[in-house]
Amino acid sequence: MTALLDRTVADRPAALEVRDVVKTFHVSRSASGNNRLRALDGINLSVGRGETLGLVGESGCGKSTLARTLMLLEKPDSGSVTFDGQDPFSLKGKDLLSWRRRVQMVFQDPFASLNARMTAGDIISEPWATHRGLHRTSREREARLAELLQLVGLRASDARKSPQEFSGGQRQRIGIARALALNPELIILDEPVSALDLSVQAQVLNLLNDLQQQLGVSYIFISHDLSVVRHVTDRVAVMYLGRIIETGTTEDVFERPLHPYTAALMSASPKLDPAARPAERIVLKGELPSPLDPPSGCRFRTRCWKAQDICAAEAPRKRTAAEAGRTVLPMPALRRPGLPVEHLAECHFPLAVPAGPDAARE
Amino acid sequence: MTMTSTAETSAGRTAACPVVLRVEGLDVDIRTPAGTVRAVSNAGFEARAGQTLALLGESGCGKSMTAKAVAGLLDPVAHVAGGSAELEGRDLLRMTPKQRRKVAGAELGIVFQDALTALNPVYPVGVQLGEAFRIHHGASAARAREQAVQLMRRVGIPEPESRVNAYPHQFSGGMRQRILIAMAVALSPRLLIADEPTTALDVTVQAQIMDLLRSLREEGDMAVVLITHDLAVVAEEADDVVVMYAGTVAEQGPVGQVFANPRHPYTKGLLESVPVDAERGSSLASIPGSPPELKNIPAGCVYQDRCPLAQAVCRQERPVLREVAPGRRAACHFSDSLATASTLEEIQP
Amino acid sequence: MSQTIQDLPGTGPAPQTGPGAGARPDAKSNNPGLFRMLLRDKFASAGAVILLLVLLTAAFGPMLMGDLATRQNLLFANKAPFNPANGWEYFLGSDSLGRSVLARLVVATRTTLAVAVPAVAVAMVIGSLWGVWAGYHRGWRENVSMRVADVIMSFPSLLLAVVVLYVFSPSAANIVLILALTRIPIYLRTARAESAELQSRTFVDAARTFGARPNAIIRRHVIPVVTPTILTLATLEFCYVMLAESSLSFLGIGIQPPDASWGLLVSQGRQYLQTAWWLSIFPGLAIVITAISANMLAAWLRIATDPAQRWRLALPGRRKLIVRLKAKESK
Repeated sequence: MTALLDRTVADRPAALEVRDVVKTFHVSRSASGNNRLRALDGINLSVGRGETLGLVGESGCGKSTLARTLMLLEKPDSGSVTFDGQDPFSLKGKDLLSWRRRVQMVFQDPFASLNARMTAGDIISEPWATHRGLHRTSREREARLAELLQLVGLRASDARKSPQEFSGGQRQRIGIARALALNPELIILDEPVSALDLSVQAQVLNLLNDLQQQLGVSYIFISHDLSVVRHVTDRVAVMYLGRIIETGTTEDVFERPLHPYTAALMSASPKLDPAARPAERIVLKGELPSPLDPPSGCRFRTRCWKAQDICAAEAPRKRTAAEAGRTVLPMPALRRPGLPVEHLAECHFPLAVPAGPDAARE
Repeated sequence: MTMTSTAETSAGRTAACPVVLRVEGLDVDIRTPAGTVRAVSNAGFEARAGQTLALLGESGCGKSMTAKAVAGLLDPVAHVAGGSAELEGRDLLRMTPKQRRKVAGAELGIVFQDALTALNPVYPVGVQLGEAFRIHHGASAARAREQAVQLMRRVGIPEPESRVNAYPHQFSGGMRQRILIAMAVALSPRLLIADEPTTALDVTVQAQIMDLLRSLREEGDMAVVLITHDLAVVAEEADDVVVMYAGTVAEQGPVGQVFANPRHPYTKGLLESVPVDAERGSSLASIPGSPPELKNIPAGCVYQDRCPLAQAVCRQERPVLREVAPGRRAACHFSDSLATASTLEEIQP
Repeated sequence: MSQTIQDLPGTGPAPQTGPGAGARPDAKSNNPGLFRMLLRDKFASAGAVILLLVLLTAAFGPMLMGDLATRQNLLFANKAPFNPANGWEYFLGSDSLGRSVLARLVVATRTTLAVAVPAVAVAMVIGSLWGVWAGYHRGWRENVSMRVADVIMSFPSLLLAVVVLYVFSPSAANIVLILALTRIPIYLRTARAESAELQSRTFVDAARTFGARPNAIIRRHVIPVVTPTILTLATLEFCYVMLAESSLSFLGIGIQPPDASWGLLVSQGRQYLQTAWWLSIFPGLAIVITAISANMLAAWLRIATDPAQRWRLALPGRRKLIVRLKAKESK
């Protein structure tokens, strides 16, 4: 427990704040005649300085839409995104550019995210063509390029090569260097290692870790690989059908999940170590419902083994671990207001027994 | 990382189970613009009835190529250059196309990774499922449809009677994978080859599919060859594992023993680069570099460029796959020292 | 099949091992200048040389020929070609008025290029920029553009040309404008389709995330990718425009005699095909050879400007591959 407190994030002020973000897409009509897909339905989250927030969930849960919204690639229908209190959607011109500089992104596919017709150097220095004020002379730009290449473990001479001449892991390093080119304070990592082979994956994860310690940058780490998320994040938010259904410190969420979905997710992910495997695995029934017609009340109720009538009637409010009937070590002095480091879950019947899997099985 | 050894149990089971597929000395060549390269070199393993054999490796290591060679589904640019693959005593690699067609489906089923492209979009799934019965058993259309419904029920597709006429795109990814599995096991084959069957699926669906494969394997006493890059899946699902690297077999044996006490530095490196409950922020052990290209595979040991143990002998002489313990084989000059050392550093001269 | 080869591990352009594990010693030779790569390809070099000759002919030929193209000499009427006894002027034969076919061909080169090149260039520039813009922005810009293209395409272009050229005088400038206008939709559609696909690529998203303006993204990421396709299309269009010009000339509203263009020569010679085949065959050959050369150069350019394909040019058996690629494109 003390080890966890050493790395606690409560003493860091929030950098990025997301409040009640809703995003709807118009799609072709579904069976029930609905053509509005609510990809994000009231998302709240915050990221502290130097912190890594993990975002986990299955495909279709809205985590990519959230990342795109944070990068201003999508405009939310309502709600706000602020960085240091500044809302980018109200900014224009220079102010908007300086906001963009602070939040950057690394994409999943190291092959598709680099333009094959440009050299590595052109790719990494591309942001400076838009942010001209950053490095005024070409000598400055060259020096910075060499610095960035070295920072991500490439050689200065690699700048002249085109992306095809690099392996997947090296390409992802180029993508990371490009994200770093504007000296961002927050980097959104969208599945940064899922396209890489295992032996290369560890190299890139180590690089990301080193960069964070060197530069103090915050990460939002989006991934479906739970073992990776567990390794790199301070806090985790679990998404299901456009909502964040559980948040907390990584250890709380992984070791003592409150939400049945989180418990099922943890239990379903294969473990290398036989000792870490649950005695009995929760295998969820059914499939992810269509986001076009999400279930009423609690979204997870159609696959939940604890569902009762109230789950269909009423959307659950957030409940803390204490409300779930757990004993939580009191540590108020270490927690400051402003950041939700509490362990919260949106469920009518949060799991009272930490080791949910065995007890909760039908 | 601690590993409880399951050596006794798997060794005990192995002896009891008959070998269904025996691959020996398999070589596969690919013609490329730059000349012919060897994609698989001297691969060999045995798959036993009622057990799962995992072919484990990174992309391009030749695991899929090996399975495709066995299944007779190699791309036109690739061809088998040597070796044998005996399915219950008959060599699949020396069969005529006609003999092969008879074997396909009836004795050997295949599940592909991409369920959407593996199904024909213009036919209802029921027709595609029933095809096997019409071709191999000469069943009537009505009878084939009935069998298709039964199959769909067997692989856990809800309301099979009403969904038998649905088209592939009307199913979710997990359901499509179930349909593919149903097609593969329709005629109760002796051997099921599953090529990354859950890579495109979410974790919760992956668990469902793995459950299904396991129960089908036990029901039909099939031998399953599972091709995957996921160590955790291998640890949970497989009895035996074949670790492949750059077209060669690095190590093979019962999963419990191999993972608890790897005898090849590549296996050891892979296991250490998995983030398992490692301290948040701590550095992961990683294998430096990336796998060699097929056209640039070095003489001597294929792993020499990335191996912390590499010596002069590794550059000159390619280690042969030899028995290092009962039921275990490894291709490394230093596999004996690996058995006793707990870290790679201890072996450093 | 070439796709399969490319997808196979380790057969592509060498990725290196290790983080920053060194440039290969021959890294430089992998990226030689375009000119040196051109010299390595026999077919493309031949195409380039022929095109250069055609251009030089158009530029200086008429000067060298003087009035030879219009000088009539009934003594030498309807002479067959390849007869040294007639002198070099009549090496390619003569027409019924005794004018040198060679001289007329040379003079026609200038007229032909003066019409076809500007017409293709104008249509290409306007059509592809418009298409790239429409495809990048999608939405109403795309819809309006495509409907406009449909209207132009659905109107019989020859009829349009006839109407316009009757109303205005059939000058070379008017022919160029009308040919350009009717061919714009071809480029518009192609450029729009590619641009619409490109704007959804991740590297374009990446450019958006650091705030690059649409025009900057179009310039940096869309146009370089679309250009080779458009150039290939333009070489095909070059032939079409030459033939269209000859149709107009045949109807008497194109190039006006005594000026001559290749197309006009072909159509004028057609009635003598039985008796004096050389009158239409030589200008016809000129059209075909020029078009093939342009096409060959464009096919090479397409591969040479694509870094993902360029390595094919460095292979010994590359001829087969390029042919294969072409076959794939035309599918």
